[in-house]
Amino acid sequence: MSIHIEGVSKTFSDYPALNGVSLEIGNGEFVALLGPSGSGKTTLLRIIAGLETPEAGCVRFGNRDVTKSSAASRGIGFVFQHYALFGHMTVADNIAFGLTVMPRRSRPKGGEIKRRVTQLLELVQLPGLGDRYPSQLSGGQRQRVALARALARDPKILLLDEPFGALDAKVRRELRGALRTIHEELELTSVFVTHDHEEAFTLADRVALLNEGRIEQFAPPEEIEARPESDFVRTFLS
Amino acid sequence: MGTRSTLREPPLVKALLMAAAFAYIALMLLLPLWAVMSEAFRAGAKAWAAAVSEPDARAAIKLTVLVAAIAVPLNTIFGVAAAWAISKFQFGGKAVLIAFIELPFSVSPVVSGLVWVLLFGAQGWFGTWLIDRDIQIIFALPGLVLATVFVTFPFVARQLIPLMTAQGRADEEAALTLGASGWQTFWHVTLPNIRFGLLYGVLLCNARAMGEFGAVSVVSGHIRGETNTMPLHVEVLYNEYNFVAAFAVASLLTLLALVTLALKSALEWRYRAALAART
Repeated sequence: MSIHIEGVSKTFSDYPALNGVSLEIGNGEFVALLGPSGSGKTTLLRIIAGLETPEAGCVRFGNRDVTKSSAASRGIGFVFQHYALFGHMTVADNIAFGLTVMPRRSRPKGGEIKRRVTQLLELVQLPGLGDRYPSQLSGGQRQRVALARALARDPKILLLDEPFGALDAKVRRELRGALRTIHEELELTSVFVTHDHEEAFTLADRVALLNEGRIEQFAPPEEIEARPESDFVRTFLS
Repeated sequence: MGTRSTLREPPLVKALLMAAAFAYIALMLLLPLWAVMSEAFRAGAKAWAAAVSEPDARAAIKLTVLVAAIAVPLNTIFGVAAAWAISKFQFGGKAVLIAFIELPFSVSPVVSGLVWVLLFGAQGWFGTWLIDRDIQIIFALPGLVLATVFVTFPFVARQLIPLMTAQGRADEEAALTLGASGWQTFWHVTLPNIRFGLLYGVLLCNARAMGEFGAVSVVSGHIRGETNTMPLHVEVLYNEYNFVAAFAVASLLTLLALVTLALKSALEWRYRAALAART
């Protein structure tokens, strides 16, 4: 599903976090929001998710205006930097959470939820780990569980906030590959936040470079490298 | 000296410090405990049983349990709500709210009781209004509950605020993005995350609610068999030189403290395991 962001602004206490940002993300695109800390990239992602409300501007998914919708009703999957897994639940219960909180009328039956969990565990390459607790998993495994959990309700849009930030280089590479494959396989529209330009450039179809609450350039990686549009882009990439 | 750590004390100093600590604990904590128990059973187990089961003592025990059964749930609900608001949301006046929550700890219990007399007593602000309608608050159960609620107000909230602040909002946000409602998020995510801290707070709140003397004494009126809680009953018996009965009832309160201590230690142990598992 396509994502349309028009003139979104957000202020935190006194400094502006986002300053009239507009962005058009096509259906099936894999987009990176790249920038230094304090550039507003995480705020923008959280506004898309509905975890923050913009003071001005609007957000649309396809033709649907979601600016006023709650995070719960947007039908997105969200992956947090520090996983945010529920420590008192098993891996299987974590993954099933999105399904078990559905209203009784639309909720899948127990057996169906079990099948879905098994299927998601296979998708993120953790078959058979459903009975473990998050504390018994490595960082990379936890992030895979978080990814499976975010995908349980079949979202069309996947949002990831520094998903590899807490992982070491080797796990990072493996997980990047897995994420890209899942993105293609499920025909998702994915947006992820990162401050690592190498990561953004290897993974994303297009990269939005943010600085001080504005978008400096939004283009495919090759184009940004070939024709940086501002001094900031040039310095940030060097 | 050379490689010796600055924290390493000479063995003699260490031994003296430990001996002093143990002697102090024995003198200040264990000796009174032993005194209460030995006095309570001085006339034998039969006299003890008779003292704690005579009608006035039973009424005091019932009243104490009833007051705690009302005050503790009230402060639990308030404590969770306040801790949730303070730790998960940004709003003005947060520091003031936290300061007010802690107020009962720094106010003398006598004052904690007197405020209610001032408000609802016969000469109080709402005194005539209440008398006209035949509603009794002071020298009755409502007054005892109010005084107890005031004194035990901070226990649950104080226990939860630092815990919930440290946990942050990520788990709740995750639940929201997964489609959970606010209530589902609270029930399935927030509450399990704080359960041990909450139990711990409730336990301390209950111990204080049952043991409170000062504030309750002011609003009680000391009517035997009617408005005397256990601590007040102990005082009445003691003032009547009925030492065996006084210490017998006191031994029940002491038992409450010991049970609380045991449960608290057990919870701390569980709680630590749960916290370690989170990281």
